[in-house]
Amino acid sequence: MRRTRILAAVGAGALLLGLAACGDSKDSSDSGKDSTGGKQVEVFTWWTSGSEALGLEEIEKVLKDKYPDIKFVNGGVTGGGGSAKDLLQTRLAAGEPPDTFQVHAGKEAQDYIDAKQVEDVSDLYDRFGLTDVFPQDLIDMLTQDGKIYTIPSNVHRANVLWAAIPVLEAAGLPTDSAQFASIDEFIAALDKIKAATPDVTPLSVGGTWCQVHLLETVLIAELGAPAYNGLFDGSTDWAGAEVKGALEKFGKLMSYTNADRDSMDWEPASQMLLDGKAAFNIMGDWVPALLDSKNLVAGKDYLYAASPGTEGIYDFLADSFSRTVGAPDKAGAEAWLDVISSKEGQIGFNKVKGSIPARTDIDLAAEGFSEYQQSAAESFKSDTIVGSIQHGAAATIKQGADANNAVSKFTTGAMDAAGLATLQQELAAAFAG
Amino acid sequence: MTRIKRYVPPILLISPSLVLVGIFVYYLIFGSVQLSTTDTHSFPQFAGTVPHENVGIDNFVELLRSKDFQHSLKNLLLYTAIFITGTMFFGFLWAWLLDRRSRAEGVFRSLYLFPMAVSSVAAGVVWRWLLNANQGKDASGLNRLFQATGLGFLENGWTTSVSFGIAAIAMPAIWQMSGYVMALFLAGFRGIPGELREAARMDGAKEWQIYRHVLFPQLSPVALSALIILGHMSLKVFDLIVSVTDYRFYPTKAPAVDMANYMNTGDYANAAAVGVILLLVILVLIVPYLIHTAREDRK
Repeated sequence: MRRTRILAAVGAGALLLGLAACGDSKDSSDSGKDSTGGKQVEVFTWWTSGSEALGLEEIEKVLKDKYPDIKFVNGGVTGGGGSAKDLLQTRLAAGEPPDTFQVHAGKEAQDYIDAKQVEDVSDLYDRFGLTDVFPQDLIDMLTQDGKIYTIPSNVHRANVLWAAIPVLEAAGLPTDSAQFASIDEFIAALDKIKAATPDVTPLSVGGTWCQVHLLETVLIAELGAPAYNGLFDGSTDWAGAEVKGALEKFGKLMSYTNADRDSMDWEPASQMLLDGKAAFNIMGDWVPALLDSKNLVAGKDYLYAASPGTEGIYDFLADSFSRTVGAPDKAGAEAWLDVISSKEGQIGFNKVKGSIPARTDIDLAAEGFSEYQQSAAESFKSDTIVGSIQHGAAATIKQGADANNAVSKFTTGAMDAAGLATLQQELAAAFAG
Repeated sequence: MTRIKRYVPPILLISPSLVLVGIFVYYLIFGSVQLSTTDTHSFPQFAGTVPHENVGIDNFVELLRSKDFQHSLKNLLLYTAIFITGTMFFGFLWAWLLDRRSRAEGVFRSLYLFPMAVSSVAAGVVWRWLLNANQGKDASGLNRLFQATGLGFLENGWTTSVSFGIAAIAMPAIWQMSGYVMALFLAGFRGIPGELREAARMDGAKEWQIYRHVLFPQLSPVALSALIILGHMSLKVFDLIVSVTDYRFYPTKAPAVDMANYMNTGDYANAAAVGVILLLVILVLIVPYLIHTAREDRK
C-alpha cells in the first residue's frame, strides 16, 4: 500500500514537472523578446561552413566596427537551403522571427512578400545610397510595384562554361578561348571530343538541380535575354516553338553527358574536369573555389567563358536580406542591412566567398579580388542581367521545384519526342500560375 | 472508496504518457487530417496572410488521379514486394543455417546483424557509390565487380531505370534488415523445445519432415510479426531513397518522398494528404493484425 502511494506521488510529481516545464519555456521566450530592444541583431542564414562561414565572420567584423553597440547573434542553421528554409518558415509562422534572414534575391522572396513576412526596404535604398551603385537591371528585377523588399549582399553568375585545357588539346580544339557563339557551335565541339577521345565525357553534369541549371543556360542562349525574361511575365509562351527548339537542344546536350550524373552533386561533376575525365562543364562561378583548391590556374589548366550562346548576358543569382515584419529589433536589422550593402561589408564577404559585390563602385583589382572575380564584375557592370531559374532569382520555390521534377522525369526517361512534349507541358504548367 | 484507491494510482502513473501520446500522436494526426482537407498550397496560406478554404476530399482525389503520384504508389508497391520477399527469404535462410549449429554461429550472427546497426543515411551513401550507373570502361561499384568476376552481362543502370529503379533501392534495404529477421526466426527456432524434435525423430520422421510438420507451423507467429514489422517499415521508406538518389529524382520517388517535397515547397495540404494516405495504407495492414492478436489473447 505504501509503495503504491509513493509511486502515485512520483507519477503526479512527474506530471507537475512536465506542466511546469511547458510553462517555463514559454516564459523564457517571452522575456527573451523583451530583452533584445536596441541591443542585438539575430541574422538567420545557412552560411555555416567553408568559405561562406568565413565570409560571414568578415561581415561580423565590419558590423563591430560600424555599430559597436549592436551585438551580432548568429542564427545560422546547417543543411543548405532546404531544412533551413523549413525552420525559418516554422519560426515565422510561430511569430518568433529573426531580425533579418537570408533569401535568394528575386522571385524566391515572393512567398515571404505575399505572406507579409518581409518589409519594403526601398527607404533604405535611398538612405544608404544604393540606387546609384547597384546595376539598374538588378534593381528593376528586385522591384515590385515600386517597392523593393531585399538587399543583395553578393552576386554569383550561373552561365559559365568551364573547360579543361589538357582535354581540349588532346582533341585538337583551340585552347585559348572557350567562348562559343551558339549551342550548335558548342555541339560541334562536343562531337569533335567524342570522336578524338572516346574515353572522355564531352560535357559533365551532376544530379537533377545541375541539369535544371544547364537547361536554363540553354534557354537563355536559344531565346536571348528579352524572350527569356518574357518566360516569367507571360510575354513568352512556354508552350511555343522557341522553347521547344531550346528543349530539343537541351536533350541533345544531355546525350553527351556522363551516365552516372544522377548520383553526383555539382562538385564531383566539376571535378571530372580536373581529373581529365571530362572536357566541359556548365556550372555557376563557385567552381573556381574547387579548382583553385587543387592548385589549378585559369588560362593554363582551365578556361572559363560565358556559357555557349550567352555572351553579353549575365545569368545572376544573389543572396539578400530584408527587414522581417515584427522583427524584435528593427534598428539592429537596419544596421545589418547597412553593413551588408556597404563597401567594406561587400568587399570583406565576397573576397572570401568567391562571389562578387552587387555594388559596381568597387575597384576589385585594387582590393585584391581574383582574376575571375574581376572579369565577372566587369561583365556584371556591362552585360544584360537575367535571373536564374534554379537559384531562385526568376522562379519561386514552387516553380523551381516543379521544374526539377519535370527535368528529372525527362532526363531519366527515353529523352524522345514524347518525353520532350511532356517536359514542355510540365514546364508550362509550372510557370503558368 | 477502495475502488478509487485501486484505480487512481495506476491511472496517475500512466497519465503522463497518455497525455503526451494524446498530444503528440493523436492530436497531430487529427491536425494532419484537418490540414489535408484545406487548400493550403502555399507558404502565405500557411502563415495565414492569405486565406485558405475547406475543400473536402479534393486533394485526395487529385493526388490519386495524378500520374506522378500513381508512379510513386506503384514504386511503393514494387519496393514493398521485393523488400519483404527478399528480407524474409534471406532472414529465414540464415536462421535456418545457423539453427543447424554451425561452428562459428556467434560470428555469423553478428556479421548478419551488423548492417542493421548502420544508419540508413550512412548505408545510403555507400550504396550510392555501389549502385553507380556507369557501365563499360567507366564502371565502378557493383558494375565494376560484375566485370571483374566475368559477370559483365549483369551490368545495368540500377536506379536510373524509370520502371525498376526502385528495385535497386530495395537491395540495401534487404541487406540492412535481413539480419533482424534472422534474429527473429532464430529466436523462434530456439523457442521450440528439443523434445519435439526428438519425439518426431523417434517416430521416424525425416529431417525435412520435421521442419515441414513440426518446426515451421510453430514459426508462423514469428513470421507474421516479421511481416508486420517489415511491412510498415517498407511503407515509410524515405531516408534510404534520398541518400541513395535524391528528393527530385523521378525513378525512385515514393509517397514519403513526395510528402517531403510538398512540404518543402509550402504545399502543406498535399503533404498532409499524402501523410494521411500513408497512414490509411498502414492501418489496412496493422488493424487486421491487432484484431487477430486480440482474439488470440482472449483464447
